[in-house]
Amino acid sequence: MAVNFLYPDYEVSRNDDRCIACRVCERQCANEVHEFLADTNKMVSDDAKCVNCHRCVALCPTRALKIVKNNNTYKENANWSAKTMNELYRQASSGGVLLSSMGNPENYPVYFDKILLNASQVTNPSIDPLREPMETRVFLGAKPQNIERDEAGRIVNNLPPHLTLSMPMMFSAMSYGSISYNAHESLARAAEELGILYNTGEGGLHEDFYCYGKNTIVQVASGRFGVHPDYLNSGAAIEIKIGQGAKPGIGGHLPGEKIVGDISRTRMIPEGSDAISPAPHHDIYSIEDLRQLVFSLKEATNYQKPIIVKIAAVHNVAAIASGIARSGADIIAIDGFRGGTGAAPTRIRDHVGVPIELALAGVDKRLRDEGIRDNVSIVAGGSIRSSADIVKAIALGADCVYIATAALIALGCHLCRSCHTGKCNWGIATQVPDLVKRLNPEIGYKRLVNLLTAWQHEIKEMIGGMGINSIESLKGNRLMLRGVGLSEKELEILGIKYAGE
Amino acid sequence: MNISARNLNFKQLNEQIKAATGDVFIDDCFGQRFIGNGFKGKTITIYGTPGNALGAYLDGANIIVQGNAQDAVGDTMNDGRIVIHGNAGDALGYAMRGGSIFVRGNAGYRTGIHMKQYKYKKPVIVVGGKVGSFLGEYLAGGLIVVLGMGIEVVPVGNFPGTGMHGGRIFIRTSKELTGLPAQVIEEIASDEDMSEILPFLSEFADLFGMNAEKLAKDQYYVLKPNTKNPYKQLYTAN
Repeated sequence: MAVNFLYPDYEVSRNDDRCIACRVCERQCANEVHEFLADTNKMVSDDAKCVNCHRCVALCPTRALKIVKNNNTYKENANWSAKTMNELYRQASSGGVLLSSMGNPENYPVYFDKILLNASQVTNPSIDPLREPMETRVFLGAKPQNIERDEAGRIVNNLPPHLTLSMPMMFSAMSYGSISYNAHESLARAAEELGILYNTGEGGLHEDFYCYGKNTIVQVASGRFGVHPDYLNSGAAIEIKIGQGAKPGIGGHLPGEKIVGDISRTRMIPEGSDAISPAPHHDIYSIEDLRQLVFSLKEATNYQKPIIVKIAAVHNVAAIASGIARSGADIIAIDGFRGGTGAAPTRIRDHVGVPIELALAGVDKRLRDEGIRDNVSIVAGGSIRSSADIVKAIALGADCVYIATAALIALGCHLCRSCHTGKCNWGIATQVPDLVKRLNPEIGYKRLVNLLTAWQHEIKEMIGGMGINSIESLKGNRLMLRGVGLSEKELEILGIKYAGE
Repeated sequence: MNISARNLNFKQLNEQIKAATGDVFIDDCFGQRFIGNGFKGKTITIYGTPGNALGAYLDGANIIVQGNAQDAVGDTMNDGRIVIHGNAGDALGYAMRGGSIFVRGNAGYRTGIHMKQYKYKKPVIVVGGKVGSFLGEYLAGGLIVVLGMGIEVVPVGNFPGTGMHGGRIFIRTSKELTGLPAQVIEEIASDEDMSEILPFLSEFADLFGMNAEKLAKDQYYVLKPNTKNPYKQLYTAN
């Protein structure tokens, strides 16, 4: 019979000369890696329990700890990697579907890294954001097709409901349940201070956060958790979640052990009961059905709120987006295959969907070709890592981007990809009160404000360098992009020229 | 207030209903959608056939249909009551979390999918005739009763209760229920089980002029979930 043993991925390396046995690491680790041995007055650790979240490393007062990759190896094999073999062993011993967290970590091409930005030289002056005004405000929603005038010739305001953002970024959907109360509070307060929006995800809206309504997108997903008319009317916009980049085509599942206390109340389901979001909305089997849901939400909120439809980037994304743009939706959010998640089957996360760069370029082109680009705004998400990614996304056709993983990293996440265990040592992806307390929303929201303010300034510098003083003028402006290391086909899909052309 | 729906599109009709004070009576309804979406406190009586998404997100209002209704009645309904004197279409009471729906006739496919309950909020659907396949899929809470009146065969289609992890489904039939999915435990309803639905049988009988005691005397199956955590054993942390 096979021995059911997997050598730990990481080794906790402790410098005994530096360790003062203060036991901070022991108190900080929810995975119980560290232990104090009183008889020898020494700290020891169990590598097998370590998820490499760096909580102990960050808090060790004498810098005695580091986590290193274990160099224990199987016989080298370019086909059967250690990772593949370990996954196989896990399934052989459990019979379970492999479950992972956060975005796709596999080595697929990152197109943002193969696109370079333009800058002005000689023929048109670049703009210095420190001495000239730069506009980063964006407006999301359908654009009127024509100007209407009343009998006296005055222009009638026929602008459908829209969102005004101070910068082209929003925090994308993360439910209360998948992340903690303090993480939600940090996002909500940061959105308010920045003049942008955050998104409830499919977990309902905690009563304490209704006061951030004008900076809130409320989500309606297939499970309809916490959805009722007051919730729909509390936010600035409503997002119908069809899909998520990390797990296109499947639903969600928050295990019963996480449905406790406030989570249960906010989702409006009993404690301990699984929260299951079916794969499809069972009242949407077609674009016509989607149109019905869009208009039922508009009727229920008196046409006051823009409706966002969020889909995962999949093979036929352009045709699907074309349907959505005709469904009455005001905004389409597209989530690329690197988007994060609190938990997704590994195989789906790592093998389903397409990169956001290609999906975005394809959708923008299709909607322009069909003359319906102004029916909707486009929000791109699925691993926006920096202000450069944002500038490239907007030049590829996005109106705005969704940010989530980057926001969590700002809050302390170290991408250990263990959210599904519910024992996040950084107080983000957990509901354990002692762990949640570690994330101080007062500090958290300021860090988010810092990050996005810095990105906003970088965006101004980059577009200023191009001689552009308004982010709206960058939208779909592919002349500002050039590719490196890309094939003819990739350039064609992205709609950009090769560097040097 | 009386409103004639003749030659009105859904937006025009719904604007009039929203602006109306007191109880509303709609005549000549001819497929207009989204009637009563998110309404809290009106009584709307409809003559004719309302269109899809009647009473979606309903939040306390009363809707009475003197005829048939179409698809997605009471979608994501939160509170209130919808009474349909004819038949209802597909996806009746999808993701409903409170209030009640009474249908005198039949209902279509996907009735009561993913209904859920929380504390005092418990949604109820009672269908007098038969329902199509996929009844109460993913049921997470609440109560569905199918009375099968005038139906000689089992009054539910295929796969009732697939993925069910809460709530109860009652089916009145003398025939044997077969082919139920793995997540469901089926039993002949005991007196204790029946006590849960008796108030709603009385309400149904009062609404449509029937005898509740007589209805309650027959054999009912009750479908219960065999776990509230159906996915627990499915995953391996990676």
